[in-house]
Amino acid sequence: MIVAALKQGDEQAFAWLVDQHHATLVRLALRYVPDVATAEEVAQDTWLHVLRGLDRFQFRSSLKTWIAAILVNRARTRGQRERRSTPFSRAWAAALADGEPAVDPERFFGPQDPALADRWASAPRTFGPEERLLASETQGLVQQTIAGLSLAQREVITLRDIEGWSAAQVCTALGLSETNQRVLLHRARSKVRAALERYLSEQP
Amino acid sequence: MTTPHASPEDEIRCRELVELVTPYLEDALPPDERAAVERHLAGCDGCQTYLEQMRLTIRAIGHVSDEAITSRTRDEVLAIFRTWRQTRPS
Repeated sequence: MIVAALKQGDEQAFAWLVDQHHATLVRLALRYVPDVATAEEVAQDTWLHVLRGLDRFQFRSSLKTWIAAILVNRARTRGQRERRSTPFSRAWAAALADGEPAVDPERFFGPQDPALADRWASAPRTFGPEERLLASETQGLVQQTIAGLSLAQREVITLRDIEGWSAAQVCTALGLSETNQRVLLHRARSKVRAALERYLSEQP
Repeated sequence: MTTPHASPEDEIRCRELVELVTPYLEDALPPDERAAVERHLAGCDGCQTYLEQMRLTIRAIGHVSDEAITSRTRDEVLAIFRTWRQTRPS
């Protein structure tokens, strides 16, 4: 077990853990602090707290989510100090309350004809060849769209769809309810889809 | 979001379906709503395409590259470890 190895001072075990998670920690920290250098500092600071807190690690959560929760905690403190932004609990509430639709309401028929109401007036078309979807230009657009999302949406989509975390892991690390996690993921994915649809329908 | 009922007029419509796609893909819908989504999909090309677009979107997001950890950073983090190992109470 890796935790036991770390407690015994096994450097190889620690190096393995760092290789597994450091890049993720830096990326996650970047959701809170303005630049890579600060994100690096936060990630390194997190490792120190991980080591100091090893005795407090509970096997109920996975090591990965435990480390991420420490990172989020430290990055939030650091981010608030640097940006004096609105408290994060308010950011979550705002993101959940905004009620943005997944698709522009204009694309559905209005209530005039009850048989057609809320059905597609302008139905989506297929995205076309996969090469285009995974081309670097398209990837740039995906990254840009994610960067423009609200903090809460960005966190959830990054962990779920880029890092491949499970819903339960994200809920634990970010302190979210299952429903809130899903709403944030839905809004975030819907926006990326809309951006891809706009882009891929532009030119062949 | 309204809850679908049994009568055909109250079946879910496209505008509602697009809001149910994520809970549908996460398998988080109650059985009756899941069945209503599947009934709608079976008869709606537009929503089938929408669902496919959403699956492809998730793939495209997953493809965003993962920058590797640089060796300088690695050395710095390992130095933190060595310091911790020396100074911790044993």
